[in-house]
Amino acid sequence: MMDIGRLSLSELSGKALAGEISAEEAARWFLTRAHEQQQINAFIKLDDEGALARARTLDSIDTEARASMRLFGVPIAIKDNICVAGETTTCGSRILQHFVSPYNATVVEKLISAGAVILGKTNLDEFAMGSSTETSFFGITRNPHDLDRSPGGSSGGSTAAVAAGCAPCALGTDTGGSIRQPASFCGVVGLKPTYGRVSRYGLVAFAPSFDQIGPITRNVRDAALMLEVIAGHDPRDSTSVNRPVPEFSKLLDGDLSGLKVGVIKEHVEGGLTPLVAKTVQDAMLALERLGVEIIPVSLPHLNYAVAVYYILGTGETSSNLLRYDGVRYGHRASSYSDLVDMYRKTRREGFGQEVKRRIILGTFVLSTGYYEAYYLKAQRVRTLIIQDLRTAFERVDMLMGPTSPQEAFKIGEKIEDPLTMYLSDIFTIPANLAGLPAISIPYNSEGNALPVGVQLIARSFDEAGMLRVARALESDNSQTGKE
Amino acid sequence: MQIGKEQVEYLARLSGIELDEAEKETFSRQLLRIIGYVEQIGDLDLSGVPPTAHTQDLTNVMREDECRPGLPQDAALAMAPDRQGDYFRVPKVIKSE
Repeated sequence: MMDIGRLSLSELSGKALAGEISAEEAARWFLTRAHEQQQINAFIKLDDEGALARARTLDSIDTEARASMRLFGVPIAIKDNICVAGETTTCGSRILQHFVSPYNATVVEKLISAGAVILGKTNLDEFAMGSSTETSFFGITRNPHDLDRSPGGSSGGSTAAVAAGCAPCALGTDTGGSIRQPASFCGVVGLKPTYGRVSRYGLVAFAPSFDQIGPITRNVRDAALMLEVIAGHDPRDSTSVNRPVPEFSKLLDGDLSGLKVGVIKEHVEGGLTPLVAKTVQDAMLALERLGVEIIPVSLPHLNYAVAVYYILGTGETSSNLLRYDGVRYGHRASSYSDLVDMYRKTRREGFGQEVKRRIILGTFVLSTGYYEAYYLKAQRVRTLIIQDLRTAFERVDMLMGPTSPQEAFKIGEKIEDPLTMYLSDIFTIPANLAGLPAISIPYNSEGNALPVGVQLIARSFDEAGMLRVARALESDNSQTGKE
Repeated sequence: MQIGKEQVEYLARLSGIELDEAEKETFSRQLLRIIGYVEQIGDLDLSGVPPTAHTQDLTNVMREDECRPGLPQDAALAMAPDRQGDYFRVPKVIKSE
């Protein structure tokens, strides 16, 4: 019997289209695997019944109607802050524990029309706020490579599910690195598209000027295919951009010679664990072998990125999460004295510590007397960081560096110290501040005990160029790995 | 910058969240550190630097003002913690004299 778990997405859908395997067989294979891997706690909910019913429906579709479905019969896991009609969307929070989405997110609609089969909803830091998938109301998620370690976060459920073979692909969301950092920790590919490339309709907002939905896969080719399916303008999201979506999966091959890739000095000068430093060094040498010119660049304001992000992000959070008031949906406290007390008790019971901390910090930076000193200033520094990146992109086609300063940390290692946790996002945040596309791909160096990802950041809407470099790097790495 | 327990309590009230004494204590300690860290942006000379609110060139995204089907009332009310007929029910807001 063929190993369904090893097929790429296009092989999987190709075989399902041709009837060599059934969609039901594929769904069953991954569901079984997911049930076997429960100690990882990658899923908040596995929807066996729904997935199998959907797969059987696909199996009954005639050949002609199948042909246009680019992910025919491909099982997928969805991060639980993205709405799937008729399913719970908990955001990893008690306040939405029983919330059932009345509609599909645009990305979910697109995946369904492409023939994908939704296996279930994956765990995340509460409302996607965190870098370790430890703050979910539904328990922590573990790293499949070492169960004592964190899978990263906030899309840790999605990256762990893909890494453990419970799903061939997943959707994540990235606000400050929440796709890329867990992808690096779990040894999978994670792509954050350009802001506006993918519709956010049906994504539960946390910091809307930064949030993007993106693919998490086992290889670059699969990420390209998934992006092709989920990208595109959506009139229901006024921040989605109306421009053509290239066929990314067909633009992966090509010579890299003459390409200029910048390595950010501030990224490689200290602060990296030896394993990460060596991995980035090896990836740089690989790019040179591929004919790429490596150019050192500087982002003078990089060190302010974390501060800017946590001021602006929490400000947006405090305003966004006001909608959880126990009136229209979600948890409501059972006893209270009046309306205001009902709000306060509902939110006290419904939100966990990290969410409360960010709401209060966000309220502070927006409050009278502090707005100008914090929020407005941070918006100005955001401009400086964007200008730094723009200047860098005048000299280079792409940037390359570490995704995270370290490999997966231990569960519990940082959770008591929020600031240290925030600082682990230093390399991923700039792409969110500037709205640029970025990808983390696993890169194996000699003696890697744990996976390490390298990150590429490209110009706005140059996902095609970015995927091409990522693919070349991945292919070179798998060849040198075999020697 | 000082973030004492009293200020945390004030911010929690603005945020519509009730906190217990232990949380006020923990948050005041943690916020002090976080705010101490983010204050480094104060070192920069920002004169003449415009603020960025979002990263796109988009301005005023317009569409025709046409009737379209929306969420049916029952679907919109289905998740209400307390529903009465076609309404969300909340505790009495206006006090009788």
